[in-house]
Amino acid sequence: MDTVQLTIDNKPLVVKKGATILEAAKSIGVHIPTLCHMKLDDMNIENKPGGCRVCVVEVEGRRNLAPACCTEVAEGMVVHSHSIRAINARRTVVELILSDHPADCLICAKSGNCELQDMAHHLGIREIHYKGEQSTYREDTSPAIIRDVDKCIMCRRCEMMCNEVQTVGVLSAINRGFNSVVSPAFEMNLDHSVCTYCGQCVAVCPTGALTEVNQTNNVVRALSDPAKTVIVQTAPAVRAALGEEFGMEPGTLVTGKLVSALRSLGFDKVFDTDFAADLTIMEEGTELLNRLTKFLEGDKDVQLPILTSCCPAWVKFFEHQFPQLKDIPSTARSPQQMFGSIAKTYFAEKMGIKREDLVVVSIMPCVAKKYECGRDEFKVDGNPDVDYALTTRELASLIKLANINFSRLSNEDFDQPLGESTGAGVIFGTTGGVIEAAVRTAYELYTKKPLPKIDFNELRGMEGIRQATIDFDGFPINIGIAHGLGNARELLKRIEEGESNFHAIEIMSCPGGCIGGGGQPYHHGNVDILKKRQMAIYQEDGNKKIRKSHENPYIIQLYEEFLGKPMSEKAHQLLHTEYFDRT
Amino acid sequence: MTDYKMHLLICGGTGCKAAESDEIKKSLKNWIDELGLEDDVQVVFTGCFGFCEKGPIVKVMPDNTFYVNVKPDDAEEIVKEHLLKGRPVQRLLYTDPVSKKAISDSKGMNFYKKQLRIALRNCGFINPESIDEYISRDGYMALGKCLGELTPDETIKEIKDSGLRGRGGGGFPTGLKWEITRNVESDEKYVVCNADEGDPGAFMDRSILEGDPHSVIEAMAICGYCIGAENGLVYIRAEYPLAIERLKIALNQAREYGLLGEDILGTGFNFEIDIRLGAGAFVCGEETALIHSMEGLRGEPTFKPPFPSVSGYLGKPTNVNNVETFANIPVILNKGASWFSKIGTEKSKGTKVFALAGKINNVGLIEVPMGTTLREVIYDIGGGIKDGKGFKSVQTGGPSGGCLTKDFLDTPIDYDNLIKAGSMMGSGGMIVMDEDDCMVSIAKFYLEFTLEESCGKCSPCRIGNKRLHEILENITNGNGKEEDLERLKLLSNVIKDTSLCGLGQSSPNPVLSTILNFEDEYLAHVNEGKCPAGQCKALLKYEIIEDLCTGCTLCFRNCPVGAITGERRQPHYIDQSLCIKCGVCYEKCKFNAIRLS
Amino acid sequence: MPKIKLAENTVQQIKEVCAEFGNKEGELINVLHKVQNKLGYLPAEVQEVIARELKTSVAKVYGVVTFYSFFTMIPKGEFPISICMGTACYVRGAEQVLSEFKRQLKVEVGESTDDGKFSLNCLRCVGACGLAPVVMVGEKVFGRVAPTQVVNIIKEYREGCASENAKSA
Repeated sequence: MDTVQLTIDNKPLVVKKGATILEAAKSIGVHIPTLCHMKLDDMNIENKPGGCRVCVVEVEGRRNLAPACCTEVAEGMVVHSHSIRAINARRTVVELILSDHPADCLICAKSGNCELQDMAHHLGIREIHYKGEQSTYREDTSPAIIRDVDKCIMCRRCEMMCNEVQTVGVLSAINRGFNSVVSPAFEMNLDHSVCTYCGQCVAVCPTGALTEVNQTNNVVRALSDPAKTVIVQTAPAVRAALGEEFGMEPGTLVTGKLVSALRSLGFDKVFDTDFAADLTIMEEGTELLNRLTKFLEGDKDVQLPILTSCCPAWVKFFEHQFPQLKDIPSTARSPQQMFGSIAKTYFAEKMGIKREDLVVVSIMPCVAKKYECGRDEFKVDGNPDVDYALTTRELASLIKLANINFSRLSNEDFDQPLGESTGAGVIFGTTGGVIEAAVRTAYELYTKKPLPKIDFNELRGMEGIRQATIDFDGFPINIGIAHGLGNARELLKRIEEGESNFHAIEIMSCPGGCIGGGGQPYHHGNVDILKKRQMAIYQEDGNKKIRKSHENPYIIQLYEEFLGKPMSEKAHQLLHTEYFDRT
Repeated sequence: MTDYKMHLLICGGTGCKAAESDEIKKSLKNWIDELGLEDDVQVVFTGCFGFCEKGPIVKVMPDNTFYVNVKPDDAEEIVKEHLLKGRPVQRLLYTDPVSKKAISDSKGMNFYKKQLRIALRNCGFINPESIDEYISRDGYMALGKCLGELTPDETIKEIKDSGLRGRGGGGFPTGLKWEITRNVESDEKYVVCNADEGDPGAFMDRSILEGDPHSVIEAMAICGYCIGAENGLVYIRAEYPLAIERLKIALNQAREYGLLGEDILGTGFNFEIDIRLGAGAFVCGEETALIHSMEGLRGEPTFKPPFPSVSGYLGKPTNVNNVETFANIPVILNKGASWFSKIGTEKSKGTKVFALAGKINNVGLIEVPMGTTLREVIYDIGGGIKDGKGFKSVQTGGPSGGCLTKDFLDTPIDYDNLIKAGSMMGSGGMIVMDEDDCMVSIAKFYLEFTLEESCGKCSPCRIGNKRLHEILENITNGNGKEEDLERLKLLSNVIKDTSLCGLGQSSPNPVLSTILNFEDEYLAHVNEGKCPAGQCKALLKYEIIEDLCTGCTLCFRNCPVGAITGERRQPHYIDQSLCIKCGVCYEKCKFNAIRLS
Repeated sequence: MPKIKLAENTVQQIKEVCAEFGNKEGELINVLHKVQNKLGYLPAEVQEVIARELKTSVAKVYGVVTFYSFFTMIPKGEFPISICMGTACYVRGAEQVLSEFKRQLKVEVGESTDDGKFSLNCLRCVGACGLAPVVMVGEKVFGRVAPTQVVNIIKEYREGCASENAKSA
């Protein structure tokens, strides 16, 4: 007996034993509203505190209403999801939540995307019958994330993300009763905490309690300043998600429209972070090969495995939590920062623009990138290599602001020379992509033979921790992949305990990689959206004529004209960085 | 052990200790030594006698003389007169409030006459720090019997047959709970004793642990044997230092005697007990919250199922019972289920301990058979209402319970009747209120408690109770409207219907029961702007009675806000718009010229 | 919150307590009890050490400290005053006694007087309902307290004549 028969809203149904009323109802198309509950299927991520009590339903024979999200079905159960009693309770509970929530929806950063707002709308709430004291807290602004906890509804999703998925442990419920709220220790500001700015709390917050720092105004100001040349780079994962903001199907690739929209916004040059991703591969791949060669030569000082360093949240994570391992990650800067550095040197020189007159904007699926571009090591005389990092969501709002009809835009191409990229650069946007790109190049550089096949399916997927061995012409290279910082921690522990024999490890902070970044259009718990974005990324890679970074002609040109060769002194100075112990 | 001729039992419960029973003991001992009686008379602390109103209590054995309200200075007289000359000190005896006669033996006092002490059987009779005294009163006999003669299933059957229900509030059948936990397969299980007694005004668990800790230890071991657990945990409030201390002593003694630890009584059964401290969170009385607290987490409840009996402490099957429930177990096994099930009502067997407090003459801890009426408890045992005032209400079940009127005085007390009456058993707090108590304020008081103790996890409890409280606050401040009553009821019902745990599901009970039983009082507040009990300051009015006012200006000079005006030797006047109702004028007036209305 | 620097031996003391409980995360509440017992309160810096030793996050430790009313981050006054707010005490006038203490000491519940002499707190039933309303100063219990007695209780301690009394009691 592993099925259960029950009745929901007078419809008989059979579901798997262990299913919740919510899941059972969903299977027959009955929508029970939820607020705190969130489940990312197949990713082992679930938030189920049973706290909001919005999903309460009437179960015959029970004294109290039952929360559909955490009540398991039972044989013969009779459920009424929309009885007067359930609806009345649901509405009252939402009214109560609203009675302790600022009523500034019109100007809230989350307006239009807010699950609480949707809920009030869905339940037709036109009046709040219970009024009284509202909890107020100090607003907390950090380089990347704003916490406006007056809007916290204690759904605990952020807390779950921060602790269980990311194991960063910045957020916890504090106090109790009416005063309880989710907060860092001692109610300190995020920038005093070990927060990595991964932004997964922002990605799951149902209300406007957690949002990114909005820099669209700064960008508009720069664009309207005639003295400035403003250029833009866009990260790979953006093109696989931006369309969602304009009603397109998840997984729709909008690369051409994206370029066109950016040009319409007035950017002087529209470039591609993918170009810098190819550059990253040149540096990081070379670094890997160097370490590998030394290792094979018996050098005891060489550190293996090499870890990727493209993800700023990951970098901040190990600086706080594993400072003893700070010599292991590649010293290569992230694509965003490589781009900025090259733009403000090579490109600026080429165009004859003074550094201070060049503004570099990046469009990122990420909120941590805002923090990254503000790091001191990425500034020259106080002038940052990348001036502003906007999230995918912020770009969408800019496009809307500028009256650009996105879906009717024609497809345009990136500008050169920093706009040409390969398929390897594109797949940086998903978990497994950076290491696959690295393998494509490292293989050919190491074996001096062409790859027999370009797609490494063994490196792809959505599993939290993956490993694969790639045959480098007789030399097996062991590769590890982790996405989500909790999984990263797990892998790091294995390294520390000497259990791993990895040569290279890719780590991305966000579940799914950058496609699931904290700056992407909200997925509202729908994991299919992430999967479709991932498919789009591989589709774009497949469409590319050139799919290996070292074959990018503009990369070759850049080394010839400017950098010399990978890991050269100049490359070191411009494309590499160092890490700090932040404990 | 020396054979003493006499024993002086001094109440060593927290209440009496607070009233210097330590000093009394010291003083008695000094006089006994001084007069060379140390080989004949032993002075010991016992657990709570229950008659807290008359504490500190000293009992002289074997003649059963029961001294009340003893002070350290009385020691000399007790020793010289009673011990030496055999003449009981009359002035320290209890005086019956009706007959005005002194009563020497506690058995003759109304307070004790109607009581039947099962859970409290040893409290006040033995030295809680002596395992031998516990053993001498059949202690650890039940454990020996189980381990030696009964299988776990037979033991559980006995508990089931007894009809014992959980004394912590819910009233779930104890034997059934054990059986469920027994039937879950697991390599590890736990027995947990819930001693996080949090009801304000209930202190029976503490008294049992202070007065008879071994009964709980014995019962936990029996439970461990039945469900297949080798580890027990007592979750106890850190605010109970004396109980913790005595429990620790008892645990060590039990270990020394081989009644805890490995291979107990040579039967191969292992059982160990550890102490976990609560840290001041009422919600931790809820079993899932309690378990999280024991795991070092915030004491937030989680949705049931899974019940602790399936997945509890560290995810292992865990049987949670409260102190009083455990204290009943050894007696049931010694005297038999049929003996126990004869006591009480059809569905509620045995006795219940109540903490009787409030506006009542005999504050104390009592134990009565289920089915005893409220009237018997309040008037016969409790000695009626203090200061000759009228009875108004009795609140049972703590913050989750309700306030019952005089209409319920003849209701036999048991789980089901109390629920039917709109209240509940809870852990057994019983607070009596008189005509001076404003029921709106009482409801507000309980909500304040809930507000402070709500964990904040679920929105109806976190925000709903806040809103309820605000509405009540408005009413007591004179800003209420009649429709507020309807809102209170509607909101209360949703909070009950939707909250995550028992705390929220019962938190509106005091509101609902006071509206139900004392609607007039609410209406007086909202419609007439009056507090019939004269408790709600904002609704009070201080007025000067012209005819009585001599114009002495005393009130004028003392009013902190200058609300009083008037010429010397002329009647004065209070400006109601300025008056802050501090009551200073009322206190100062020497001519009773100020009236409260 | 002013940052304080913990003395080396205080840090050592905290570490010893943690070690005594096997540096286990599940023992957090026991550790907090014991440390508060030793230090009187649990300032941020102490919580940081505990979090480090038990290998858990400071946020979680803080979440626990702020959940339980027994734990405090503010040092108690030399004479901590607690008013029992159990129901029995309430119906016998504890609220009036509390407001009198607030008025006399000019502090709110949970605060200490400027001179650090007194701190004011409420506690739940101490179980001395026969003595209601009950006030505790340190370990000393005052029973059947009327609002008018408050002045004298404070005076008794302020003048120091009872200070030894309270400490030894």
